[in-house]
Amino acid sequence: MRDTSTSPALETWDAARATELIAGLKGQDGPLLPILHAIQQAFGCIPEPAEPLIAAELNITRAEVHGVVTFYHDFRREPAGRHVLKVCRAEACQSMGSDALVSHLERSLGLSCGETTADGRITIEAVYCLGLCAVAPSAMFDGTVHGRLNEQRLDTLVAEAKP
Amino acid sequence: MSLRLFIPCDSGALAVGADEIAAAFAAAGNSRNLALEIVRTGSRGLYWLEPLVEVATAQGRVAFGPVVPEDVDSLLDAITKQTPHRLALGPAENIPWLKRQTRLTFARCGVIDPKSLDDYRAYGGLKGLARAASVGGKAVIEEVVSSGLRGRGGAGFPTGIKWRTAADANGAQKYIVCNADEGDSGTFADRMIMEGDPFLLIEGMAIAALAVGATKGFVYIRSEYPHAIATMTKAIQTARAGGLLGKAIGGSQHSFELEVRIGAGSYVCGEETSLLESLEGRRGIVRAKPPLPAHQGLFGKPTVVNNVLSFAAVPFILAEGAKAYADFGMGRSRGTMPIQLAGNVRFGGLFETAFGLTLGEIVDDIGGGTRTGRPVRAVQVGGPLGAYFPRALFDTPFDYEAFAARDGLIGHGGVVLFDDRVDMLKQARFAFEFCALESCGKCTPCRIGSTRGVETVDLIRTTDDRASRIALIKDLCNTMKFGSLCALGGFVPYPVMSALTHFPEDFDATPRQQAAE
Repeated sequence: MRDTSTSPALETWDAARATELIAGLKGQDGPLLPILHAIQQAFGCIPEPAEPLIAAELNITRAEVHGVVTFYHDFRREPAGRHVLKVCRAEACQSMGSDALVSHLERSLGLSCGETTADGRITIEAVYCLGLCAVAPSAMFDGTVHGRLNEQRLDTLVAEAKP
Repeated sequence: MSLRLFIPCDSGALAVGADEIAAAFAAAGNSRNLALEIVRTGSRGLYWLEPLVEVATAQGRVAFGPVVPEDVDSLLDAITKQTPHRLALGPAENIPWLKRQTRLTFARCGVIDPKSLDDYRAYGGLKGLARAASVGGKAVIEEVVSSGLRGRGGAGFPTGIKWRTAADANGAQKYIVCNADEGDSGTFADRMIMEGDPFLLIEGMAIAALAVGATKGFVYIRSEYPHAIATMTKAIQTARAGGLLGKAIGGSQHSFELEVRIGAGSYVCGEETSLLESLEGRRGIVRAKPPLPAHQGLFGKPTVVNNVLSFAAVPFILAEGAKAYADFGMGRSRGTMPIQLAGNVRFGGLFETAFGLTLGEIVDDIGGGTRTGRPVRAVQVGGPLGAYFPRALFDTPFDYEAFAARDGLIGHGGVVLFDDRVDMLKQARFAFEFCALESCGKCTPCRIGSTRGVETVDLIRTTDDRASRIALIKDLCNTMKFGSLCALGGFVPYPVMSALTHFPEDFDATPRQQAAE
């Protein structure tokens, strides 16, 4: 679990590219979430101009699209850092000291959960359960899973995140 | 002849280095010129032994664990020369923690290659679907009803009755929806099935489709489970190619298509009506019931919504008969429950057993107490909305009604241990805080009550008039319990009130840890 490769290069906003993504998915039943996932995968977030575009393509209001984007924790307004470290803060991990682990992380990076380092290298986030409750405390780093964490292992992960 | 090794690719095993172990074995095999076949399986659920490596021998599969990369060379020596090794656990099936279980749903998990439909078939898979196709929908429903299977997502509603309701509903288009939004902390059974035995879930859903006459299904998986999403997506493709999905499933005249849908980080979407809204592409706002989803569910059509474990229990019931399943259990809780031991636990993992063990047996005997070695002070059963139990209530049998009688719930079967350093006021505060974070906002008791709850808990420690604050919390819990639209707001009173009732000393003026110093 030492995959420190950066996430796939993000595309810059391009309405034509977004329209193409929407067109590929709009035929599905209930296409809005799959479309939003696809947009975020491509551009790293749901850029504001994506909302009216999706609304027009699906024949729903901009308010409806905006409401969905803002309801779900996963959808971002701005792209995250080049690496994302999600530390579990739910009960099973709490019982193994995840609160102290998060405090340590926040102190050492000078960030709060949900924030990104000034150089855009790493974003730290709280997550509520990764299903790794029997190997708590746990975290997800750029999509790879890590269990039985302690301060030292967390520091190693952060240090290995390429600039 | 090559040496066959089995190494899990379950995310709980990956999180503690299973991929590095597989890579180390592959490299060591190369440098020794030793032909190795490495099969990636799910996990058997003995997580304190992960990464657990098994070797095929004439005496069956022999286990070693927990393995670190540095052990790989000495392990290969021990395996090839048949000499003892300090990580040797003997035949995997004979590990006492596994042998004591009754694995009906998890019979294949950790054993087979989850990507192989042939493996699934060779280990008894698809018998349930074949029987369902031969007896027909009505008989399938009666079989599920008489098995006594109740919804394993937490609500415990009889699965067969739900299916009958959907079958009797009018509508040309019906849906099967699998709730795989396993958001409860302390639970991972759904994830293990999806990563370790995905065809079981597909077979269970296909049987449901036959029973109610549905032609389309969705598996709604939370985005926090990327490995489960990948394995299920692949399994659905394989199932389609293998005739388990598509036209004429299982030799019947019935066609059934299945699709994976990915959540977006909302806990409340584990509530069935909110999940349906989400599938339809809307905010995950809870719907008022009635209408029941079985009458008007996804896109307004009759829909069966069940948890992963409910669907996964069905193939056994069909293959072996309702009685074989119902023979296990106690009272109105029939069959087996995959109990998930989590948090600060020595032997953490998945323990499938008949209903009826006491909480004390589960915590002390099976779980082995805490991983830190300190005394167990509180046990939260049933996820973030479940009650905290003190040792005084450890005689409670694991059964839907017995837990309800003690103001708790078994929920999805998660059991999270806390040692004597836990601050129960903090846990009560977290229950409100989590509810405030995840509330869909539709009903006032949940939307406002959760935030007021956080504020009021904070005031307990900062004001002198604690009695009136505690009275306010009790009042608030009463309002939330009886006034909320769904289980999120409605069940938050369980952790809060159990903390307050069983651990009143933590609601004193001084924080517990300071008091201890």
